Amino acid sequence: MAERTFEIWRGDRSGGEFKEYTEEVDEGMVVLDMLHRIQARQANDLSIRWNCKAGKCGSCSMEINGMPRLACMTRMNQLPAEGKIKVQPMKTFPLIKDLVTDVSWNYRQNERIRPFKPPAPDSDGKYRFQQADADRVQEFRKCIECFLCQNTCHVLRDHRKQEHFVGPRFMIRVASLEMHPLDTDDRIPDLKNEFGSGWCNITRCCTEVCPESINITDNGIIPMKERVVDRYYDPVARILRAITGGGKKLPTA
Amino acid sequence: MAIDVKELKTIEHDVLVVGAGGAGLRAAIECSAQGLNTGVVTKSLLGKAHTVMAEGGMAAALGNVDRRDNWKIHFRDTMRGGKFLNNWRMAELHAKQAPDRVNELERWGAVFDRTPDGLINQRNFGGHRYPRLAHVGDRTGLELIRTLQDHGIHQGFSVYAEFCALDLLLDDGRVAGLVGYFRETGEFVVFKTKAVIFATGGGGKCWRVTSNSWEYTGDGFGLALRAGAELQDMEFTQFHPTGMVWPLSVRGILVTEGVRGEGGILLNNKGERFMFNYIPERFKSETADTEEEANRWLAGDKNARRPPELLTRDVVARAILAEVKAGRGSPKGGAFLDIASRRSAEDIKRKLPSMYHQFKVLAELDITQEPMQVGPTLHYFMGGIRVDADSQMSSLPGLFACGECSAGLHGANRLGGNSLSDLIVFGRLAGLGAAEYIKGLEKTPAPSDEQIEAIVKEATAPLHRETGPNPFQVHDELQEIMGEHVGIVREGPSLEEGIQKLEGLREKVAAVKAHPSAQFNAGWNEALDLRNLLLTGLAVAKAAKMREESRGAHTRLDFEGEREEWGKANVVVRLGEDGGVEVRRVERPDPPEELSKIAYATLEELEGGNG
Amino acid sequence: MSTEANRLPTATLPGGHLDCTGCTHRTDDWKTGPTATFLGLLLFIVYSTAAAFQGEHYMYENYLSPMYSPVVFTQLERTVTTPEGETLKVAIPGAAPVEHAWFGLKPDAWPEWLPFSPAFLILAFPGAFRFTCYYYRKAYYRSFWANPIGCAVGPFRRGLYRGETHLLLFQNLHRYALYFAIVFIGILYYDAYMGFFRHGEFGVGLGSIVLLLNATFLACYTFGCHSFRHLVGGRLNWFSKSPLAHALWKRASFLNERHMFFAWLSLFWVGFTDFFVRATSMGWIPDISTWG
Repeated sequence: MAERTFEIWRGDRSGGEFKEYTEEVDEGMVVLDMLHRIQARQANDLSIRWNCKAGKCGSCSMEINGMPRLACMTRMNQLPAEGKIKVQPMKTFPLIKDLVTDVSWNYRQNERIRPFKPPAPDSDGKYRFQQADADRVQEFRKCIECFLCQNTCHVLRDHRKQEHFVGPRFMIRVASLEMHPLDTDDRIPDLKNEFGSGWCNITRCCTEVCPESINITDNGIIPMKERVVDRYYDPVARILRAITGGGKKLPTA
Repeated sequence: MAIDVKELKTIEHDVLVVGAGGAGLRAAIECSAQGLNTGVVTKSLLGKAHTVMAEGGMAAALGNVDRRDNWKIHFRDTMRGGKFLNNWRMAELHAKQAPDRVNELERWGAVFDRTPDGLINQRNFGGHRYPRLAHVGDRTGLELIRTLQDHGIHQGFSVYAEFCALDLLLDDGRVAGLVGYFRETGEFVVFKTKAVIFATGGGGKCWRVTSNSWEYTGDGFGLALRAGAELQDMEFTQFHPTGMVWPLSVRGILVTEGVRGEGGILLNNKGERFMFNYIPERFKSETADTEEEANRWLAGDKNARRPPELLTRDVVARAILAEVKAGRGSPKGGAFLDIASRRSAEDIKRKLPSMYHQFKVLAELDITQEPMQVGPTLHYFMGGIRVDADSQMSSLPGLFACGECSAGLHGANRLGGNSLSDLIVFGRLAGLGAAEYIKGLEKTPAPSDEQIEAIVKEATAPLHRETGPNPFQVHDELQEIMGEHVGIVREGPSLEEGIQKLEGLREKVAAVKAHPSAQFNAGWNEALDLRNLLLTGLAVAKAAKMREESRGAHTRLDFEGEREEWGKANVVVRLGEDGGVEVRRVERPDPPEELSKIAYATLEELEGGNG
Repeated sequence: MSTEANRLPTATLPGGHLDCTGCTHRTDDWKTGPTATFLGLLLFIVYSTAAAFQGEHYMYENYLSPMYSPVVFTQLERTVTTPEGETLKVAIPGAAPVEHAWFGLKPDAWPEWLPFSPAFLILAFPGAFRFTCYYYRKAYYRSFWANPIGCAVGPFRRGLYRGETHLLLFQNLHRYALYFAIVFIGILYYDAYMGFFRHGEFGVGLGSIVLLLNATFLACYTFGCHSFRHLVGGRLNWFSKSPLAHALWKRASFLNERHMFFAWLSLFWVGFTDFFVRATSMGWIPDISTWG
């Protein structure tokens, strides 16, 4: 196969530039392979964050030809056959060096979410619920925390509303807890007031870039928005709730 | 260059856990529960550890799918899989405690696949008599690590991500802490602790074809050896029979045993289901000998025997190798693994979604339509740090080890699914062991400044060299040697040659040069990892040479078959005075009578008792 | 404010990213989608406005345009002034007969200066349903407001964005628009049913089929609505304990996965149905049917 030229961002917060590297491409290679080849042969100090190289750990998130992707799951033959290939770090998070960014903000968001709270198990120490109850939650639990959705979400990426909105990854994290048949806690007030469900304008870029094909918007965020509507915006539901005395989980201290 | 130790960042904890995979996180959770001030360091980000790669499930005799299962049969399967070289007590603890640990995960938020009556579903796997693997599709490892992570962040321990451990600190023969550096900044940190728990995984990166990620550089082995602890069973390195063989760049990436558990079959290029020709004597009575019977088993007939594709991993790996050597391999040098003709496309996508996705994206192959091509890949270290079965403490007081980096549970070979349960059972026990040990400490150990200075000095040396070998190329050479001389099948003279070559690499490893910047510098990180990789490679090669028999995952062409005298001994590894890797044979104690009875009992004697 | 002032400052951030409206390093074709959406929606808005204002040719025999259904008040003739200055009452062609209107003729109280068309009285309902629809919100936030214009493409006016927290809070009432939309499905099926009877005689015409498809596409769109999916089952956590809700949810989910498809198909078909009735009434196309 032919040689290809990469334009890789080299630098840190204080500045940097795109540098060009040309290497031979073998059949079946992915972008991460090429970056490793460049690292081993031309730029020993090139910083790349990666781990499993099989799309399971979500470490090698970066922007390839402007599109947020996992480098390990982007085949060379998927890219345009001509021209240079531009590789950049994710935009939304503070740059550390080269292709590596500081994603710690995401971990802090996770800590804000109330943990799973199950009831006591059945008398034999086991819990019982059906696969039908598990299906929805399992879709969200496929998440590999690559944070590509967080990176692409324009609320965080461009409007910088980090103090208002937790981002798609944690919207579905909340969804995975709220839809869990065993969970007894209530995160709907947090969802509206703390996590900023209203800041999302459901424009679906999170879903478009998800390497696990999780339907973040339709199955996660919108159902959560609808639950917020139930609680806060639907006058009839509020009246019914007042008459019937709830039927919804009440916030716990 | 002078280093002022006082200037270095120092952090104090009661206990420091090295590694944030399943075992490390479980250990940290236990330490916190025991009231210890706990820190966790991890080479990558939290939740990215190699545990995410585990696919098939975690073995625990819950008896949810087949009521006949119980801990004794799980114990018996584990011992038989390990060719009776397992630590008896560890196999017992594991089989007894695994169900509680799995249920505990569910309490912490794990969402396993369900049985029709709403319980945790369990699937069949190689070497397990009954469906025993609690699972979530084919991403069980991810579920495990995410559950521990999401539970763990509320338990009060501190996590130091992207931190590499360099060496242990000692005080009067006890662990006193550890020195390492942050990958992001290159900043050195001194951890002063009363105990250290290693959960560092294996050393698969000694080989080129491996399912392991870059982190698997044998750090725990290297650090433990240099600090004076012992390793054992290092010759037992498991080659998983089914790794991807193409494209080359992903060669070695795992194809879960779940494919075979769900009915996948292995074929050679003549279309023959060759595994029927490789059933070892020991398993003949429990393995189907016709396709018809194998199909009945798959359909759920409890009286049928298991298909030969589900024999233990060493058997299947050697069979594929033999087929390839006999010229019956697939075009890319493996065997065909066919699930497409066995299950509907819908079933495959539902049961094996990550496999479907992995092949679709990486190999441009639709596994619901075409067979995969697979071949053996270095997957797991049965051996590791020699520990006490109950406390998980190593021969070095204050150093504990759990998970893949510790030895004992799996003996000469590990059953699929026993790894994830190993992590949570012994992660917890290591936490308890550390708490017990700290309680008994009379004074807090204090490391000397000289030790710290020496560690930092050695670590920074590659940054200051004017010239020296490229660390990536040295790593490549090491992998070349291991692949050629310490592969699936081994032979005395070749092993000896490999050992000589590895010894010859020592100087190169000591002389590598890195780009002079400590900040997220992959070359420098690689240079430092090389020390551990080399020690790991030497430990495996020397132990493999010493064990003159073929047992489990260790196959010697010049010593075929199991030898009785070697069934009674382990190979133990330590560093000599001169820093050289030394191996010695250590006799095993007699097994406890009670356990011995269970291990050699018939199935009928053990079945039942589970609800 | 000028367009220039509305743009983000052009700059390159650490990491080499561009930070300005419409800026990106993407090399793939990200513009076609939003452009097509923009044109498609614009075309529909222009057509439906024109069709609504026309106020005639919305009914042909037993075919009623969905843009005029239901007919609340009808108007049969309108006053025109001839060039000679005479005022004449002229019959409106293609108007619904009185018996077809729910409340008869346009009330006399309707002010002279206010244009009248039966469409004005009802279009707000389907309009509101589509406007607050979770799919269309994406479509117009992207293609009309450019927030974001594309994934990883610089959006319009950084300071202005407040999501759906302030001005757009009303989007949360989408389910009320849904309730009306469901009523409209019933009405449109009734219209489709009537499309098979001309003067009490059963028959099939091109129009009957067009009307039936229209109601069906709209039903597929409406019952794939995210709010509907939530209300029938999505709000529950124990599907296994409510098998009926689960079954409904699964069906709604099937349609929901195709929500965008049905959103466009039904939109196009509503326009086409209106056009068909209009064109038949105006004699542009022949009325092919069993009624002869």
